[in-house]
Amino acid sequence: MENLYKLTIQEASTKLKAGEITSSKILESIIERIEKVEPEINSYITKTFEIARAQAKESDKRYVDGKPLSDLDGIPVALKDVFCTKGVKTTAASKILEDFIPAYDATVVEKLENAGAIMLGKVNTDEFTMGSSTENSAFGPTHNPWDTSRVPGGSSGGSAAAVAADECLFALGTDTGGSIRQPASFCSATGLKVTYGLVSRNGVVSYASSFDTIGPIAKSAADVAIILNIIAGNDPLDSTTVKEKLPDYTSFLGKDIKGKKIGIPKEFYGQGLSAEVDKILKDAIKKLESLGAEVEEMSLPSTDFAIAMYYIIAKSEASSNLARYDGIRYGYSNLKKDKTKIKDLIDLYFKNRTEAFGNEAKRSIMMGTYTLSSGYFDAYYKKASQVRSLIKREYEDAFKKYDVLITPVSPFPAFKIGEKLEDPLSMYLADVNTVPINPAGVPAMSVPAGFTSTGLPVGMQIIGPHLGEGKIIEIADAFQRATEHHLKKPEIK
Amino acid sequence: MSDFKTTIGLEIHCQLKTKSKMFCSCDNNAENAEPNSLVCPVCLAMPGTLPVANRSAIEMTIMTGLALGCDIPSESKFDRKHYFYPDLPKGYQISQYDKPFCKGGEVEVSYIRTANETNSEQRIETRKIRLNRIHLEEDAGKLTHPAGKDYSLVDLNRAGTPLMEIVTEPDITSPAEARQFMEELQLALKYLKVSDADMEKGHVRCDANISIQKDGKSSPIIEIKNLNSFKFVEQALAFEEKRLTADFENWPEKMGKITRGFDSNKGITFEQRRKEEAADYRYFPEPDIPPISFSETEINDLRLKIKELPKQKQKKFIEAGIRVDVAEKLVRQPHLAEYLETSTQLKHDLAVFISEEVTRAIAEHQILFEEYQTKVPVTKIADLLNLVAEGIISKTVAKEIFYEMIVTGEVPADIIKKKGLEQVSDTGELESVINQIVKENPDLVEKYRSGKIQVVGFFVGKIMQSTSGKANPQVLNKLLKEKLDGHSA
Repeated sequence: MENLYKLTIQEASTKLKAGEITSSKILESIIERIEKVEPEINSYITKTFEIARAQAKESDKRYVDGKPLSDLDGIPVALKDVFCTKGVKTTAASKILEDFIPAYDATVVEKLENAGAIMLGKVNTDEFTMGSSTENSAFGPTHNPWDTSRVPGGSSGGSAAAVAADECLFALGTDTGGSIRQPASFCSATGLKVTYGLVSRNGVVSYASSFDTIGPIAKSAADVAIILNIIAGNDPLDSTTVKEKLPDYTSFLGKDIKGKKIGIPKEFYGQGLSAEVDKILKDAIKKLESLGAEVEEMSLPSTDFAIAMYYIIAKSEASSNLARYDGIRYGYSNLKKDKTKIKDLIDLYFKNRTEAFGNEAKRSIMMGTYTLSSGYFDAYYKKASQVRSLIKREYEDAFKKYDVLITPVSPFPAFKIGEKLEDPLSMYLADVNTVPINPAGVPAMSVPAGFTSTGLPVGMQIIGPHLGEGKIIEIADAFQRATEHHLKKPEIK
Repeated sequence: MSDFKTTIGLEIHCQLKTKSKMFCSCDNNAENAEPNSLVCPVCLAMPGTLPVANRSAIEMTIMTGLALGCDIPSESKFDRKHYFYPDLPKGYQISQYDKPFCKGGEVEVSYIRTANETNSEQRIETRKIRLNRIHLEEDAGKLTHPAGKDYSLVDLNRAGTPLMEIVTEPDITSPAEARQFMEELQLALKYLKVSDADMEKGHVRCDANISIQKDGKSSPIIEIKNLNSFKFVEQALAFEEKRLTADFENWPEKMGKITRGFDSNKGITFEQRRKEEAADYRYFPEPDIPPISFSETEINDLRLKIKELPKQKQKKFIEAGIRVDVAEKLVRQPHLAEYLETSTQLKHDLAVFISEEVTRAIAEHQILFEEYQTKVPVTKIADLLNLVAEGIISKTVAKEIFYEMIVTGEVPADIIKKKGLEQVSDTGELESVINQIVKENPDLVEKYRSGKIQVVGFFVGKIMQSTSGKANPQVLNKLLKEKLDGHSA
């Protein structure tokens, strides 16, 4: 059997249960694939093949005994390098954590292990997930499998590129302002940003705590449903997780979407949207209409304020979350170097943080420290919090009328490596369509919708109501059953 | 001096005695623990860790608030307070900024007053010290700086211990009153069983703010940090009161807060930093912990959990006929008050015996109160005092029996029998002893006859000695007087 690395979870799971293949065989196929394409892609920061091989052997036994742990048993996964893995280096793509080995597993890592998933390793991200291109990494940029001169998007660029390049069957990423959806769009993967609190953040290195979400990047909406069944749910170790009883997400697959109400928020289709992306989106929407959905243009007026609001809150929280990286208890530290050069405690702090944080992390610390300072707090943080409530309310109202909303994920396809790196503001604006969803707290998925004339993928964003992951999966799955964009594979040169 | 007015406000930090720490499941009892043995990824601020608020610490805070008459807002939240220091692993402390669990409230400071010189009747006078708020936060770790070394050591066992901060209004008018406030507060915390409130062990620490006013002018506000005993609170404030008063001419026109430390060895304060250097803590709402709300029912359930408070107990004791000062003394020692209450009846003589003898006996025998209590349940003391009242034993003998009970745990009747300690009221037996003593001391008899009647005391002592204290004092006095007077007649 050839090219097992190309399988979806759904396909692999069926074959594993039928005894046609083994987890070890999938794994070896994937490892071979990784070794082949990594020089071009650079997704992985740390590979854990030995752990994976041991896990696959255990999985093989379970299938022989007819006792697989779940639909993910034996399925190889790549983890964004912000998920703490006990005994395995977790860097957040930062020099400050370059040798950090956690003493505990993140809740989702534990859940995946208990489900029998196979840990391939840790994949690249922008440092502390701050960025939209995976260029802000202490371990070099990841390349887009569709055009290796371009970025894979970010911050979960390693995860999306690994999925697109068939270097794993699925990956986990994090999304604070678009970090799952935008790279999924740039790489033609299916990525879900969940409802805030649906998946535990425990053990996941924080960027902006009130926006951070954990979600899957996979090859189809059907696979996303399978993964979500394993990772979603309340966690006593994360007080912000939801308490509601959750559905079986695979029950939303294979449904007819006739009569579903789809809103098209016009603010997402205005200035700055590339004509090609606009055209691809319009075609995708027509497709959904042809499947029986009712489409209507509508308005989300607060959208214009989202970027400003988002960056104030995100950087405020980030400046606080990065305070713990002082090189006293763990991480990069001048205490491990020539101690005679350390003048005093303050000098140690300055040296450690100056030498080990990258530019975007430093920018976050400066911006966030400024917006939280006494005298500025009301004008920035407090005002932004008010706008946040406004955005939230607007989405709540919208979902009284519509099942889902559809927008482009990004106004443009993947850009060139280096193109926006020196212009942080234009990098921030790359998130213009994904950012408003995080303050709203609702779920949204990036679904492959087509390709530009030069062959770059374009994603559509399907936004659902609070805890409406099922609704999104329903629409996305119907779309994918009617289209083939998500099946197309890049040729890696 | 009298035209100077002193204004004092206190901030008291109190460690709550919860099982686990404030935001993780580490053991909260760090006493005698190896440094850094009670830590986990959460209190070490490892990447990715999240705080989970300790419900029981929140309940203790609200109970304290209810006991001190605070308002309990229906919604409250935690905030982050930022500063960099190696004892603060996250680089911020989780505290409460603008929505504390408790607002307002008051503590009554009481004084026992005697009516006047001729009338010794006692009454209690009270003053109310208003509280501003009570909030909950986490403690930091501990740094030690080994002498002569070029490094400091960090112990994070204490990092994350629940810390309740009680802030008063500037209602306190003297250093002595500040001390009294602290004592009242400590007692309330002990009664609520929310803290061991042992200042020596650092369970309770106090920052004191003081300023002096005169002729519409005010001194700068001085904050004295980290006072860890009642005595130091009073001493430091008294020193500062005196210093500021003497410095009246030099009070600046405009001046922010000045922080001073207290050197308990020298009994003086010293300047630490001025306001302009003060940190900007960049408070903002803790995003990892959703706002916390309490329903009316939940608050009422907590109210029901509050047992008797010191004031109520004191009132009960006084109404039972126990003298005000004795009641006060017992209420201040909750274990003794509870011991008294295990008796079927609250009696004054029993209360006096407990407040005077029990503490002394325990100290002399060097045993724990718990051990004492199993050997000597309060019923045995009641029995003992009944025997005194009935004239079967003297007070002196009662004390001897009491000490024997502590050692053997026997009941008084058995000890009396065993040691033959019944009081001698038999006149024949006593007369022969008196005759003997009088005969042996003719010179003192002479003195008595010449009018120096104070020598009676010597005779009583001698007689008590030779009867091992068993002589009934009334009978003895009567017989002795007859004997001495009889000779003179």
